[in-house]
Amino acid sequence: MIIQKTEKKPFVWKEYQKEIADDHYYFVRSCIRQNFFPGAEEVFIRIIGKDLGKDIYHDKEHTTCTGIGYHVDLVKLETTMTVVARQFALMTAAGYKNLLVSCVTSFGLYNEILAIWEENPEIEDKIREYLYKATRKTFEIPENLVHASDLIYKYKDEIAARASFKLVNSETGEPLRVIDHIGCHYAKMFPDKGIGGAEYPRVLSGLIESLGGKIIDYPERRMCCGFGFRQYFLKSSRGYSLSCSYKKFKALEPYKPDFIITNCPGCNYFLDRWQYVISDIKGETYGEDGNGIPVLTYEEVAALSLGYNPWMIGLQMHQTAVEPLLNKIGIEFSPADKYKGYSGRQLDRPKIPELLKAY
Amino acid sequence: MGKLYDRLKEDVRFVHGLHSCINCGTCTAICPAASFWDYDPREIVDLLQVEDDNIVEDLLKGEKIWYCGQCMSCKTRCPRDNTPGMIIQALRNLSIDTGFYMYSSRGRQMFALKKLIGDTILAKGYCVHADDIDTSLFPEQGPIWDWIKKNRGEVYNKFGNSYNRIGDGALRKISENALHELNEIFRITGSTQRFNQIENDAAKYARNTNIDFDSSVCSDYFLQSYSNTNDNTEN
Repeated sequence: MIIQKTEKKPFVWKEYQKEIADDHYYFVRSCIRQNFFPGAEEVFIRIIGKDLGKDIYHDKEHTTCTGIGYHVDLVKLETTMTVVARQFALMTAAGYKNLLVSCVTSFGLYNEILAIWEENPEIEDKIREYLYKATRKTFEIPENLVHASDLIYKYKDEIAARASFKLVNSETGEPLRVIDHIGCHYAKMFPDKGIGGAEYPRVLSGLIESLGGKIIDYPERRMCCGFGFRQYFLKSSRGYSLSCSYKKFKALEPYKPDFIITNCPGCNYFLDRWQYVISDIKGETYGEDGNGIPVLTYEEVAALSLGYNPWMIGLQMHQTAVEPLLNKIGIEFSPADKYKGYSGRQLDRPKIPELLKAY
Repeated sequence: MGKLYDRLKEDVRFVHGLHSCINCGTCTAICPAASFWDYDPREIVDLLQVEDDNIVEDLLKGEKIWYCGQCMSCKTRCPRDNTPGMIIQALRNLSIDTGFYMYSSRGRQMFALKKLIGDTILAKGYCVHADDIDTSLFPEQGPIWDWIKKNRGEVYNKFGNSYNRIGDGALRKISENALHELNEIFRITGSTQRFNQIENDAAKYARNTNIDFDSSVCSDYFLQSYSNTNDNTEN
């Protein structure tokens, strides 16, 4: 159930109506996205910068925020806070005040650090000392902390107005059925920092509805994908990660979704890859005719609607094939171009999984 | 109250994470790790409220603190605004600082995590990097990853054309200056010392248990740390 504002309850959403700056963003990239879905980040920059004409600055001097290292207990809190302070310093030096974050783990961590500093200003002072000692840098706190999906949400109606394709089955005219997966660190820690909070997340469902699709509510909608940080990286506990995703797939399977939209780099990776693993070890696939359920990020969905070539936004890097979705929407694409490289050369084709269909 | 509990209270995550637990068990009900392992965040928070150093030491030496997946679902739902996931962060941090992490098989896995993530952060400026990931350690990456790896220049350069080179595209090379500053931050804030401690503790443990050890991801010790644990508490 989605709570709507009414005359009697005009402020029911107030807590979760997030302020999002209109323009001028300092962009920090995601480690996971650059490795596994780099086209998503690239097309995000293009949509915001070129299509919507906003000022988005991507600085080659920033590094990882160390978020994964922090959550596997390897990198100390003081270190992570100082690395994040360095990102703030780079933003300040570049003349920006709005920090635009490409990763949900980073976004949660930035929020956590700012909350700690607000309650314990002596810790912020200590971090400023560490940063100056290590780099001679100083910084201002961002005025506005925005996750990349917040921005796509903010401009969803502009994107919809420019869309070449709606999220509608081109044969039946029915809205596509979509599962949204928000990612725990977007709003579970600080619900007021996310659109819709943790319980009634709107950040993805708002985009889907603007583009003509239909969101499915299902029993494990808020369940973690199972990344678990150390639990995934260590082979001995990877079953935890797989089991969490399996629980979600079994819960969403009866609703026959056309695709899954994700908010978080890790979730996108796991919901994509675990379908291959589940097909291999359990003999189960969750799409039609041996296909999986395509798993797309918010900007991949926006980009397809805007008419971007699926292979220029990196959809060939997904293990779970996206072709069934492209066909449903009626997007024309060249199968021959899927495995062409940067030089235009036709590359060898990847091996085909035993059960999960690939093209 | 004793020394270990005092040290826990020095960690801001412990202070922010534990206000007053009413032992309702909501955290355990929502916890994915509790549904998978014999793990109960409510029990851990309840034990800590006794403020007994013997109990704290048992936790620091034990397996249970390593089960949490850090999803922080507990923070959303706790009716008293506690965060068992942050308490776990403080416990793990103290377990490493005191050396007690070497008493548990899951604690000793810090070495594998240091090799997989820590070394990449300091060498490349990313938490993970395609050059360091393959399907022998991560088979779930699937055949698409073998294809990406084999053709990585051709694939990554489609997205910003700066793979492993200075630029602003995907997987750009992080500049020497940025890497130097990152390493300086690690040194000044204590994480370099932590990394060295984890390496030294692992080498010592390998010597004492006659396991082949070198600092690579190929040694028997790494593979044992990465693959195996000695406890059997999976449900």
